[in-house]
Amino acid sequence: MKILIRGGRVVDPASGRDGVGDVFVADGVIAAAAATPDRVIEAGGLVVAPGLVDLAARLREPGLEYRATLESEMEAAVAGGVTSLACPPDTDPPLDEPGLVDMLRRRAGALARARLYPVGALTVKLAGERLTEMTELAAAGCVAFSQANAPLTDTQVLWRALQYAATFGFRVWLRAEDPWLAKGGVAHDGEVATRLGLAGIPAFAETSALATLLELVRATGTRLHVCRLSTAAAVGMIRAAKAEGLPVTCDVGIHHVHLSDMDLGYFDAQCRLQPPLRTQRDRDALAAALADGTVDCAVSDHTPVDEDHKQLPFDEAEPGATGLELLLPLALKWGRERKLGLAAALARVTSEPARVLGVATGRIAPGAPADLVLFDPEAPLRVTPQALKSQGKNSPFLGYELAGRVRATLVAGQVVYEA
Amino acid sequence: MKTLPDAEALLPRLAAEIKPRLTPTSAMIGLHTGGAWLAERLHAMLGLKEPLGLLDIAFYRDDYAKEGLKHDPKRSRIPFDVEGRDLLLVDDVLYTGRTVRAAMNELFDYGRPRSIALVVLADRGGRQLPICAQHCGAQVEVPAGMRLRLKRAADGRLKLELERAA
Amino acid sequence: MPRNPQLNAHGELQHLLSIEGLPREVLLQILDTAHSFAGVTERDIKKVPLLRGKSVFNLFFEASTRTRTTFEIAAKRLSADVINLNVAVSSQSKGESLLDTVANLSAMQADLFVVRHGSSGAPYLIARHVKPHEHVINAGDGRHAHPTQGLLDLYTIRHYKKDFARLTVAIVGDVLHSRVARSLVHGLTTLGVPEVRVIGPQTLIPAGVGALGVHVFHDMRAGLKGCDVVVMLRVQNERMDGALLPSAQEFFRNYGLTAEKLALAAPDAIVMHPGPMNRGVEIDSSVADGPHSVILPQVTFGIAVRMAVMSIVAGN
Repeated sequence: MKILIRGGRVVDPASGRDGVGDVFVADGVIAAAAATPDRVIEAGGLVVAPGLVDLAARLREPGLEYRATLESEMEAAVAGGVTSLACPPDTDPPLDEPGLVDMLRRRAGALARARLYPVGALTVKLAGERLTEMTELAAAGCVAFSQANAPLTDTQVLWRALQYAATFGFRVWLRAEDPWLAKGGVAHDGEVATRLGLAGIPAFAETSALATLLELVRATGTRLHVCRLSTAAAVGMIRAAKAEGLPVTCDVGIHHVHLSDMDLGYFDAQCRLQPPLRTQRDRDALAAALADGTVDCAVSDHTPVDEDHKQLPFDEAEPGATGLELLLPLALKWGRERKLGLAAALARVTSEPARVLGVATGRIAPGAPADLVLFDPEAPLRVTPQALKSQGKNSPFLGYELAGRVRATLVAGQVVYEA
Repeated sequence: MKTLPDAEALLPRLAAEIKPRLTPTSAMIGLHTGGAWLAERLHAMLGLKEPLGLLDIAFYRDDYAKEGLKHDPKRSRIPFDVEGRDLLLVDDVLYTGRTVRAAMNELFDYGRPRSIALVVLADRGGRQLPICAQHCGAQVEVPAGMRLRLKRAADGRLKLELERAA
Repeated sequence: MPRNPQLNAHGELQHLLSIEGLPREVLLQILDTAHSFAGVTERDIKKVPLLRGKSVFNLFFEASTRTRTTFEIAAKRLSADVINLNVAVSSQSKGESLLDTVANLSAMQADLFVVRHGSSGAPYLIARHVKPHEHVINAGDGRHAHPTQGLLDLYTIRHYKKDFARLTVAIVGDVLHSRVARSLVHGLTTLGVPEVRVIGPQTLIPAGVGALGVHVFHDMRAGLKGCDVVVMLRVQNERMDGALLPSAQEFFRNYGLTAEKLALAAPDAIVMHPGPMNRGVEIDSSVADGPHSVILPQVTFGIAVRMAVMSIVAGN
């Protein structure tokens, strides 16, 4: 199908393009020009940008369908302008067998919504003892290997896993957290947790684990992506590692550049997240690091949790927030607050995560896949359970009004969502 | 408008009225706050043997459901055994009768007196319960929307005053 | 930040969840009201009819005979009907959620819930979901707060020391896990106590505690110097096994209150303890039973304070 997207403000972070113009789509890719389009989409007043690339979105399939389904979450993705997403391996059972990965990719492909990039389990059952068949999993479509939030306590296994992955050039995505130092903790170990009487996870649970990971990367050369940074101190360590030339990238959960442990208020379980929300100083450092590129990209860390598991005392509630439909408006909010241009802000959720993923999407250029989002940056989005398409209604931003509404989303040149 | 009676002038008259009814077991109890001031003066004038008792009816009021525990409750202190006594219950102004009802309920939680006589400085009518004073200083007419209060000056002199009701 | 859920739209106390965030006037109102109730408990008929016809549900998710009993006594002295629910045993073990349990009791026309729970913040969750005429009193949530204990501690201090403005108060022991300590610290700072100290090993002093307005001492002798009030916290046996403390003997050696250490405090210092005491672990028997100890009066005051809290809250 030939589509002409006419008169929108075309923003392509990869090339720096930002101006009013037309975009032509034909045969699933961006085309130079279209003779006679089958459809014209009037994009006056809208921004035309590459579709968002989200490196962490839990779709809850297989196994956790009472929380959410592939259908509902893929609808949520494209409603949020997300055209590519990577899902962590912590499904039930975990993604440690090629058969499961294959099935997931087929199901997602059949839905023809966003592109799905599965992240495989680094160890069998995520138990941290035996390596998974990484080449088999890669052949089935896994783009990287991860432990999600499951701890890998045996550092010798960690070392071997990194070595093995490095053998084949596989990427490893890991959260930096020492499971012993974090044991029992539900909030950042600081003044707020002390006041509220909540068990704390100290900042050095992250930095000590990160130090170990960086040492292992030095030794093995593994391409490491550090997931969900949460401390200012870790930002400094990443900066130094990159300056040293280590093959390290990292991301931050979009909630962590906006919220701090002050937002826990009177034990709001919507703010129970992994990693925990830390101090305002940490939040500000993460927001700045995302702007200067020390943190490569922001992710939604989309985690649908049903109400029964959130309406509980804070330490019993399940951590996580819904995020696929809020990634865009929250990224725009961050960009405005840092006084960044639109292209610079969007880079962190389009071209940069695409680079980490190693895929060709995330840019608007002739021949590139036609994954696009058309949105109104000023239109308000009131965050209510009814407004969210995801089955996860759990958000610290419930009741808030955010700016940035998606009007249309295209994947591979097909319109998969229209408001 | 009629002037209010002179509280100081009423005091010796009340004391003279009460004196004949005193028995060996008589004791006096004043209701916070105005009744307590009044009782202090009468107690001294009558030269009663037993120390003065003080009652705060905050926990016995019938308007708790509506008003809650708003009033600043003072502590009730009855420094003698109530059992079998002839009690003189003293309050400043008798109006609906509810305060006296609450006071009697509270007194009976201390013990079983032989008798209770009510002494008030002023009766303004408007009873909502079957209560009456055995000794009353004066009948006072109170205009609508006003309240009759007993005030105590810095030098201890008592005075009846009208003020706007809340 | 949303409005303090303890106060209604008029700024009156509708729930008692934590001492933190309560205005000074509210704390003083509770202490003054408790003083009046103390007179009631000295009479033969120790009852007033204030809560006649009201139902008080003791919802204890954490077993506790002593606190539950004092709340029951307090409620009965207010002429309320008391129903005790050891939820730890019954519906929770059947998997019923906290909110479902509360909703079921609400359907039985409850007026007041007295809640003790092992998770910090649980009473707030309950308070968000009860009906407008229902009131919640926190009898201890996790390590967060134990406001009635804090209030009775304040009452005790006021009874013996009169003026908060000149005091040095030390809280000794497992501050990390102590809801009693947190509540007392908030109360002391709100009432203007100039010097509040916490004393304990680093393993038992929480991060960032200075932000609560206290001075931290790891040396007990230094911390006790000149103290007018010494509050000893209970050390639980479980702490001995975790990597927090090596043994009871070690703890007693460094942080146990003996007559010798108490001599460093002010000559008329009072010694308090929320109970139950571990003699020989945090406190020596000679001190617990000695002239400085006000531990038993604390228990008596506790009933009057709980009567005050219930009657203020139920009337708003």
